[in-house]
Amino acid sequence: MLLTITATMDRASDLGFLLHKHPDRVHRFDLSFGRATIFYPELDQARCTVCLLVEVDPVALVRKRSGPSGEGGQLAHYVNDRPYAVSSFFSVALAETFGTAMAGRSKDRPDLAGSIIPFEVSIPVLPSRGGEDLIRALFEPLGYAVDVRRLDLDQKFPEWGHSRYFDVKLAGRFPLQTLLEHLYVLIPVLDDEKHYWVGDDEVDKLIRRGGDWLPNHPARDQIARRYLKHRKSLTRLAIERLAGVDEDAAIENSAAVGKPMTREEDLEVGLSLNEQRLQRVVEAVQAVGAKSVVDLGCGEGKLLRELLKLRGLDRILGMEVSLRSLDAASGRLDLEQLSPSVRSRIELIHGSLMYRDRRLSGFDVATVIEVIEHLDVARLKSFERVLFECARPKSVVVTTPNVEYNVRFEGLPSGQFRHPDHRFEWSRGEFRRWGEVMASRFGYNVRFDAVGPVDSDLGAPTQMAVFVER
Amino acid sequence: MEIDIPELALVVLVGPSGSGKSTFAREHFKATEVLSSDHCRGLVSDDETDQSATKDAFEVLHFIASKRLQAAKLTVVDATNVQPEARKPLVTLARQHHCIPVALVLDMPEKLCRERNAQRPDRGFGEHVIRNQCSQLHRSLRGLQREGFRHVHVFRSPEDLEGLVIRRVPLWSNRKHETGPFDIIGDVHGCLDEALDLIRALGYDVADQEGHHVIRHPQGRKLIFAGDLVDRGPNTPGVLRLVADAMADGSALCVAGNHDVKLVRALRGRDVKRTHGLAESLEQLASESEEFRRTAADFLDGLVSHYVLDGGRLVVAHAGLREEMHGRGSGAVRQFAMYGETTGETDDYGLPVRYNWAADYRGKATVVYGHTPVPEPEWLNNTICIDTGCVFGGKLTALRYPERELISVPARKIYYEPVRPLQPEVVPELTAQQQHDDLLDLEDVSGKRIIDTRLYPSITIREENAIAALEVMSRFAANPKWLIYLPPTMSPSETSQRPGLLEHPEQALDYYRKNGVETVVCEEKHMGSRAVIVICRNEAAAKHRFGIEGEGRGIIYTRTGRRFFSDAAFEHQVLERFASALDRADFWSRFDTTWFCFDCELMPWSVKAEELLRTQYAPTGAAADAAIAAASAVIKQAVARGIELTDLAASFHERADLTGRYIAAYRQYCWPVHGVADIKVAPFHLLASEGHAHVDKSHVWHMETLAELGRTDPGFLIATPMRVVEIDDGDATQDVFGWWERLTAGGGEGMVVKPIDFVARGKRGLLQPAIKSRGPEYLRIIYGPEYSRPEALEQLRERGLSTKRSMALREFALGVEGLERFVRNAPLRQVHECVFGVLAMESEPVDPRL
Repeated sequence: MLLTITATMDRASDLGFLLHKHPDRVHRFDLSFGRATIFYPELDQARCTVCLLVEVDPVALVRKRSGPSGEGGQLAHYVNDRPYAVSSFFSVALAETFGTAMAGRSKDRPDLAGSIIPFEVSIPVLPSRGGEDLIRALFEPLGYAVDVRRLDLDQKFPEWGHSRYFDVKLAGRFPLQTLLEHLYVLIPVLDDEKHYWVGDDEVDKLIRRGGDWLPNHPARDQIARRYLKHRKSLTRLAIERLAGVDEDAAIENSAAVGKPMTREEDLEVGLSLNEQRLQRVVEAVQAVGAKSVVDLGCGEGKLLRELLKLRGLDRILGMEVSLRSLDAASGRLDLEQLSPSVRSRIELIHGSLMYRDRRLSGFDVATVIEVIEHLDVARLKSFERVLFECARPKSVVVTTPNVEYNVRFEGLPSGQFRHPDHRFEWSRGEFRRWGEVMASRFGYNVRFDAVGPVDSDLGAPTQMAVFVER
Repeated sequence: MEIDIPELALVVLVGPSGSGKSTFAREHFKATEVLSSDHCRGLVSDDETDQSATKDAFEVLHFIASKRLQAAKLTVVDATNVQPEARKPLVTLARQHHCIPVALVLDMPEKLCRERNAQRPDRGFGEHVIRNQCSQLHRSLRGLQREGFRHVHVFRSPEDLEGLVIRRVPLWSNRKHETGPFDIIGDVHGCLDEALDLIRALGYDVADQEGHHVIRHPQGRKLIFAGDLVDRGPNTPGVLRLVADAMADGSALCVAGNHDVKLVRALRGRDVKRTHGLAESLEQLASESEEFRRTAADFLDGLVSHYVLDGGRLVVAHAGLREEMHGRGSGAVRQFAMYGETTGETDDYGLPVRYNWAADYRGKATVVYGHTPVPEPEWLNNTICIDTGCVFGGKLTALRYPERELISVPARKIYYEPVRPLQPEVVPELTAQQQHDDLLDLEDVSGKRIIDTRLYPSITIREENAIAALEVMSRFAANPKWLIYLPPTMSPSETSQRPGLLEHPEQALDYYRKNGVETVVCEEKHMGSRAVIVICRNEAAAKHRFGIEGEGRGIIYTRTGRRFFSDAAFEHQVLERFASALDRADFWSRFDTTWFCFDCELMPWSVKAEELLRTQYAPTGAAADAAIAAASAVIKQAVARGIELTDLAASFHERADLTGRYIAAYRQYCWPVHGVADIKVAPFHLLASEGHAHVDKSHVWHMETLAELGRTDPGFLIATPMRVVEIDDGDATQDVFGWWERLTAGGGEGMVVKPIDFVARGKRGLLQPAIKSRGPEYLRIIYGPEYSRPEALEQLRERGLSTKRSMALREFALGVEGLERFVRNAPLRQVHECVFGVLAMESEPVDPRL
């Protein structure tokens, strides 16, 4: 909620002219979310320090619902760090209180406006999603000397670990306007959050505040992405404008743009395992000559999109329990825009693998791709009956991680699963035993297969079983 | 003239334009019963005479008719219906819904029709139209019965209609007015001795009066035979005599079984195979008189397919009956009631594989049936088969209704060798209901639902809430068989106006005083996490009572049905420690139970809330502490150089203090847990044990009983401090306020005030089961470190409680209902429905800080 900027130079008090704020007065501003106070705690010939203190009203944050206080969103709670940590609220306060300086003007001393001044900046509570490394990666390439100290979460409970807050001191030589622009853009980027809806005009703001220094910043794309709240289309637009490159390259560059990847995708990305898996599943569906398929736990619809391309498959049903994923699937498949002949082949439904559901009956194939490991072992029994006994497709394709392969993933601490929501991960032996029990209990034949590069000792990262009704 | 039509019929009016159908319909039926094709034409085209809209109009008409018949509403179709192709879909529709198609034909003179049409401005069509319709009608008349109309009445002149009365006659199956009590007896199959044994065992007096049986029960009970009186057994004629006599004098009812019907056909000389014991019956009957055989055939032929009794609460049919067929009349209903449903396959013994319709049954009526011999009658979805294979050497069984008691007498011998052994090769360890409950059906939870509970009628679960609950239930919840209860949300007291306070017990007491409660209990509110503990005496009991195998003897779950501990071994240790307290207190035998369900608070809070502490509470504290300290330092620096910032300095001084208090508040509820020794459990409701949902006991009983349990392991179980307060006793209430202040001054969470009775009602219905008054320091965790600053407090005082309170009531009613259903062994889906309902309500957007 506060930062101080110190000019260290002869006639340091000129800072007051640059900021249009008299150093001996207290300047108060009302803001939509609270109030700002500007004063000078230090002033002598060689040093002039200005403090911007922003008080955010926590009750109003919740009551007015001024921010994107969606479910679980931080602003939905009275107990949150927004009144204390610098964040996008602070960037707004900077722009409102130091507007003239940020525009690079000085009414009384126009000659000063462009001059390079040695500055020290102190931010006692700066949140960083990305830790000290990110703070350095953002400020050091711009020419700052960076001094960082991480704050404890709670000294009484050291086992809770560190906080994401840092006491940060920056030092560098810039025109005041540039310094303010850096802070304006990079504070919310570090925080990776914004308290307001991000639309098209946010791209303009980024270009206006960062156009001079951002294009050559090594973390440019990451800055744009976070600044624009991970909105893909906006990010693409911003990078295009910042880089001035042709559109295709921009799209390619931003291919990885999106929400921070889950650990699982991160780990497996080198193999593009997901694509291989989809390919193999599609082959399996083709191999049994299916005319209809139900994808159980269709997630965001990646497999469905592939299945839609198959000829002869005239009934495709995707079922997913997570409403959010289902919405994403609907968007990914562009359901609204599909031509009626394609649209009539596919349907998405909300449903659960834990309940018998007659809508799932009568399919040639059911695909259950990377789903079973998300079910509690104790509740697998229900799932097995829902699938093999009630839905009873002619064939079933199941894939799941091979836990033996996990040691090959460098980023994965031993003993941990690939995804925090995984309830188990099976070895090849465990999966085979399960598959054989299912086959004999429910009257299917089963064969097993490996997906991805096969290690002679560990097998492949993904294992697959194909069941065919006897 | 008077005519009879069945009370549930599809009445098809047949007559040319101008024959007076609409007038006729208006006179004899309710306006809502009549579906007119003209009206439907108007609905879809704004023009009742627009012939191009006819197709759409009839689709609408058929659709509405279908909905009405489904709901068992007599329906009249007012259209010309003079062509067979127009009537055919209506007959089909009636059959689909097992309703009787009735044709009422207005065969009025053509001249009259023409005249009437001429007077109506909107009927400008030519005379040939009427002529055509009349001739089509005349060609149709003889075929109506063949088309499927069971009742046909033809009126040939306006005089025929004068003084006409249409009586609506109940179906034979409708005996709703008979309320019992009944004794329903399974398949007798000629076993007269056993039948008499059973009837006497049921307490009936059987006397012989001039060669006729006279059967009387001192309490006026009535027998109902579930069909298959005949074949296989030693004395079919004797059984027929017995039942016919009893029916004749009104002491018994009997439905038709498949054997009974086949015997009729044989007696009437039809060519039927003399298998499955028919030969024995015919042989026995051969020595009877011709007269007896004819009477017997008439008697059997007169048996109805099924009975609906006791206001619709009881259905008896030989082979059972699907809900949509109850009280209906059609060939399909009769067929089903006598033969049940088969899959079309045959089993290893060459017998048809029966489709278990009872597994899909969701009806409210109890269905009692026979037909398929079972070793033991078992309830499944409120249905029960009571054919216990007497003729095969099993026993003859009766179900007492409404007591639901089973009484049987053993067969004196094996009269007939069964094709399929009566005892299954493997005796299942779970009950039929438990096996069936292994899987829940989506249709039992999805969509908008209305749940009737004992405490609160008709609770609506909105569809979007059900959708949200499905996700939580599927992804995170524990095995639904464990989840017999979810606790309701609890409302805080009304906002207090005392300075510096948002809540105070005064308002909680006010609420109950206003609603006529005289005595309340005030309990200290522990700051932990809500935990429901379901615990069985051993794993065998878990299997027997909950149908759960391989998941240990119990569970501890959160208020959203998730396992409290992700570490199964740790959960096991906590449960074992709890169980040994139950052992020491001898609760198992005292409550004569193999299982308990407790509502508890489990401490420390940090066990469950560590994630929240790490991601929300501690970060806010850390950020606040550092930021305020830094701000105070620069303010001090500025003040030192003469800048006027006294107000800001004072404000930050205060804020530093508030932040410190906030951190102290949450820290108090946290301590490291290294083992079970660090866990404390405060049980406050003994919710249920075998045969009892203890919601009929006072909170004092709950507290004292649980304190007794706690004394056996005081290091683990915490007895909750409590006071009983007469609400109008001023001293006592002042005393309680003082107690609350002491509790909360130390950072305690506060107090819960409950009416002394678990379930309390006021003038306007169910009252809040509990109201909490939270302490000012604790509320920092809820409303933020600085909520107590006057300007913030003023804003926070504006809070609405009505949604929260209405939800608390409905969730409370659902929770109690779930327990009560489980206690009376209701099918899992009915228990689950309540639990699911609570979860669904919790997805309703209500201020989570209340």
